[in-house]
Amino acid sequence: MPASAPIVEVRRLNRYLGEGEGRVHVLRDIDLTLDAGQTYSIVGPSGCGKSTLLYLLGLLDLPDSGEIHLNGIRADNAGEAERTRLRGALIGFVFQFHFLLAEFTALENILLPLLRQRTIPEPEARAWAEEVLCRVGLRDKLHRRGNQLSGGEQQRVAVARALANKPPLLLADEPTGNLDQANSEALFALLHELAATHNQTILLVTHNPDLAQRCHHTLPMRDGRFI
Amino acid sequence: MGSGKFLNLRIAWRLLLAKRRAMLMSLGGIVFGIALLIVTQAQTAGFEQFFIRTILGTNGALRIQDRFQPTVASMVAHDETGGAAMEIALREGSTYEPGIRHPAQVLEGVFAFESVLAAAPVLRGEVAISSGFRTMEGRLHGIEITSYLAVSDLDQQIVRGSLLDFAQQSDGVILGSVLAERLQLRVGDTVFMRSRQEQRRFRVSAIFESGIELVDRVHFYAHMRETRRVLNEFERVSYIQATLVDPDLAPMIARQMEYAVGHHVASWQERERSWLEVFRALKLSSAISMTTILLIAGLGMFNTLAIIVMERSREIAILRSMGYTRRDILEIFLMQGVIVYTIGTLLGWICAAALTRTIESIPIRIRGIFSTDHFVMYWSFQHYLLAAAIAGVVVLTAAFIPARRASLIEPGDVVRGTSG
Repeated sequence: MPASAPIVEVRRLNRYLGEGEGRVHVLRDIDLTLDAGQTYSIVGPSGCGKSTLLYLLGLLDLPDSGEIHLNGIRADNAGEAERTRLRGALIGFVFQFHFLLAEFTALENILLPLLRQRTIPEPEARAWAEEVLCRVGLRDKLHRRGNQLSGGEQQRVAVARALANKPPLLLADEPTGNLDQANSEALFALLHELAATHNQTILLVTHNPDLAQRCHHTLPMRDGRFI
Repeated sequence: MGSGKFLNLRIAWRLLLAKRRAMLMSLGGIVFGIALLIVTQAQTAGFEQFFIRTILGTNGALRIQDRFQPTVASMVAHDETGGAAMEIALREGSTYEPGIRHPAQVLEGVFAFESVLAAAPVLRGEVAISSGFRTMEGRLHGIEITSYLAVSDLDQQIVRGSLLDFAQQSDGVILGSVLAERLQLRVGDTVFMRSRQEQRRFRVSAIFESGIELVDRVHFYAHMRETRRVLNEFERVSYIQATLVDPDLAPMIARQMEYAVGHHVASWQERERSWLEVFRALKLSSAISMTTILLIAGLGMFNTLAIIVMERSREIAILRSMGYTRRDILEIFLMQGVIVYTIGTLLGWICAAALTRTIESIPIRIRGIFSTDHFVMYWSFQHYLLAAAIAGVVVLTAAFIPARRASLIEPGDVVRGTSG
């Protein structure tokens, strides 16, 4: 385990979903620490709270109780603007669906987060976006629109987009869920390679035990708890 | 792609293009609504301004006329010794004095106002006017031609004959065009005027056309001296007609002047109130009608943007997950409205200008409260600003509601709903 500070620290995290009698205790007193440069997979049956935990760590959702620290910053009680800033600066997302903007080219989809963060000038951002797309094997499809790419290509663009800002934490929710075996293998290998290059932490939610086993750490979940 | 706000604008533009057919419908409605709103305003205001110009050119901005002389009695309260303790003035009424008894003095008072450009006395009376063909009742106006030309557009209204002839002929008369036609009189013909007091012979020096049918049918002008003889009125004048530097200030100046000279002073706005109200109602009703078109266009835009927000909730969620703020999302959707509004307004303005120019050239013969042979359009940038402002309120409101809804989308809710 590296000696650097953890990228994620979670203490006694609880989350309920639903109202009244339908209210469900989805996450129960979760404690979790993710170290920089490591890859983690969360596995477990549907409804055990894997995705809910991912969205809480990605600051897309708020916990009912507990603490979330990202890169040493308390994030669970941060305001909307601060959470948005932290998301942009620290986190990259890959979802089961690619969610590309269909009217934009592959290159422009990568530029969307880069230009929003305004950390580098536009020419540099463009050059970096092209490089990232080349790394995911889409050198010849930079200017294809999202709806002109195959499913595997679209998901590769989504991975490139998530990694474009070089976020220290990459959260992936079933990123291979819509891909065939070959594309799943390729995408997973790509994720690992890119994350290793930039010392990024990956937290992967998956139903695929083979992919889960290839992460540094596997975190099995059941009924809202790690087991 | 650009950065900052330009980035949001670029995203807005792309999302807009994706719904170009629906947006073109909204855009068409906005262009149509703005153009028609401007054209109807230009047309109504055109006729109104033309009417006002005609009225000012014929009757002047102010008319100083009759006088109501207040009569005052007093009530004396006595003290215990029988002496007067106090006296209270009681206004019991007022005595009506027709016309102006001392016009020179009143003129002096009128010219004391810096805003008065010119003023001229007029003696008016009803007389029978006869040609060899027929006799009609008419309204004789006795004028001093030099001063009267300074308060009217009579020189521009002459359609036959000349003012010079009138000025040089002591028995000259200027007839309204309709009156001349009905009496079958031409320039140089002899005409007789008869009042209760006297009948005199005149010669037609000129014929005028004010454009106001009532004026052209009844009015005619003669020299003041001759008019006094015909009407047997050697002291008073009927009224003093005045023009102002700024005719729009006539009501205020009329009130001040009334106080200063002690005569009733009627502004042109007071005299023509009923017609001005008609024009105002026409402008308002046409503006309301055209705003309805803009409202329908706005509704179309609202629907289109609401559909985009519904269809694009996943993309909105992913933008939020990338660090786009609620404000960014609000801007992206609001900018779609701003783009359509800006293009719609510019195209609407261009169409309005082209339509106004075209309508101006359409021949139409109007005789009544004014006379014109083509549509009268009034070019005013205010109409363009008004149309842009109404369209702005409609379109931006229509865009703001879905934009706000988009900005309130919780990315967690959307991605949770799509996870397997």
